[in-house]
Amino acid sequence: MTSVLYDVPGPRARRRSRILSVVTGLVVAGVLVFAILQLAQAGQLEAERWLIFNDPLIWQALLRGLWIVVQSAITAAVLAILLGVVFALLRQSELRVVRIPTTIVLEFFRGMPVLLMMLFIYLIFPIGAYWSVVAALTVYNGAIIGEALRSGMLALPKGQREAGLAIGLRPLQNRLLIEFPQAFRNMLPIIVAQLVVLIKDTALGTVVGQVGLVKEGELLAEYLGRSQHYFPLFVVMVAMYLLLNFAVSALARFLARRRNQPAPALAMAKDAGMGGGAA
Amino acid sequence: MNVIFDNLDIFLRGFGGTLTLLGLTTLFALPFGLLLAAMRVSPVASLRATSTVYVEVLRNTPLLLVFTFFSVIITYISGALPFQVAAVLALTIYTAPFFAEAIRSGINGVPVGQAEAARSIGMTFGQTLGLVILPQAVRSVVPPLINVIIALTKNTSVAGAFFIFELFNVGREVANANGNAVIAVFLGVAFFYLIITVPLGQLADHIERRVVVRR
Repeated sequence: MTSVLYDVPGPRARRRSRILSVVTGLVVAGVLVFAILQLAQAGQLEAERWLIFNDPLIWQALLRGLWIVVQSAITAAVLAILLGVVFALLRQSELRVVRIPTTIVLEFFRGMPVLLMMLFIYLIFPIGAYWSVVAALTVYNGAIIGEALRSGMLALPKGQREAGLAIGLRPLQNRLLIEFPQAFRNMLPIIVAQLVVLIKDTALGTVVGQVGLVKEGELLAEYLGRSQHYFPLFVVMVAMYLLLNFAVSALARFLARRRNQPAPALAMAKDAGMGGGAA
Repeated sequence: MNVIFDNLDIFLRGFGGTLTLLGLTTLFALPFGLLLAAMRVSPVASLRATSTVYVEVLRNTPLLLVFTFFSVIITYISGALPFQVAAVLALTIYTAPFFAEAIRSGINGVPVGQAEAARSIGMTFGQTLGLVILPQAVRSVVPPLINVIIALTKNTSVAGAFFIFELFNVGREVANANGNAVIAVFLGVAFFYLIITVPLGQLADHIERRVVVRR
């Protein structure tokens, strides 16, 4: 599509494009140089500040934090998908007494920040910081995945349901055996994109005191001297989250390509992949 | 439920704080996102690359770390920013890529024939985009943009963890002061978020249905 927006450039357009390219390059380079100068001026690039990464104990602490992130993300992802299936089925129940309360509960969970949920689960239930984070991520993302699955089921051709019912499947059987597997495959890219959101949201755990990657970094900075070492630690934390998310995003793209259809734009999904409570 | 009514003025001020963050961030992030989207579809390769890298990196970074940078780390680089400025800056920089992606998906949703027709009557890239594509993209772009704003509303809660007076922070403080009524406080705070997010969601669904019918 993008190539349709403009002609194959002629000599003048090519020259203009080259000039623009150079200008952009200069602007970007300028911003980078400015940032590096600022960092150097503040002494953040001095080698000794980065030498802490020669110490295996530092890596041990950071990787311990990363492991907590991975653990809570995987636990919450599995539980959220299961909960999403339950939500999607209840939301489409033929009984009004089931359907309407489910709709209200779903709106409630989807409409509030996941950070708020973490804090109040932590304050209300005596399950500790780790499980409060996992529970909040599960409920929040379960509600969103449930809605994705439901719209996936709605998008199926009507005949899928009619044919199933016609050969004598019960409604629930039909949902589980015929409609759900197709909806799940169609919605897989959106679900995986939501998992990236879930991973990013694990960073919020630090607010309720879960000792994940961010908290480990903070504690190290506190111990080693914040003005000296917080910036290097921060860079490593961002890199770790980026690696984790790029890996999962690459998986999403792979799945989308295998389905032989363009990945639905993240922004089209509810919540736009931004996460709810955040991040 | 008395906790809520006794503290109603604090809740309302927190609600005001949330709305301020929401308004200011949308004001700055929307034009920034539009710029990123235009760069992303432009003929100039370096503009495309710059926009792509920025969007991909920011979209995969946790918002909490963006906030950490502007509220804490920057103190050790170029001096502290006022908390309110840091919060709006962090939210803007984080949200703009999501606006950009919403706009780009709208641009890509306009039928190819429109661009071809515009080009074949001799319009330039700027004219094609500005006079033909964008006006049509606006319709289908509105629901995803609203969804970004809904997510942004929820994301403003992170600012509460960085010394900003808004709903999440209010909830935390009132809950700490009223340990016996935590559930009521939670429902109260949730209510204020829901009166922003639920109507916006309904609006997005409504517009989405209308756009589908018209196509």
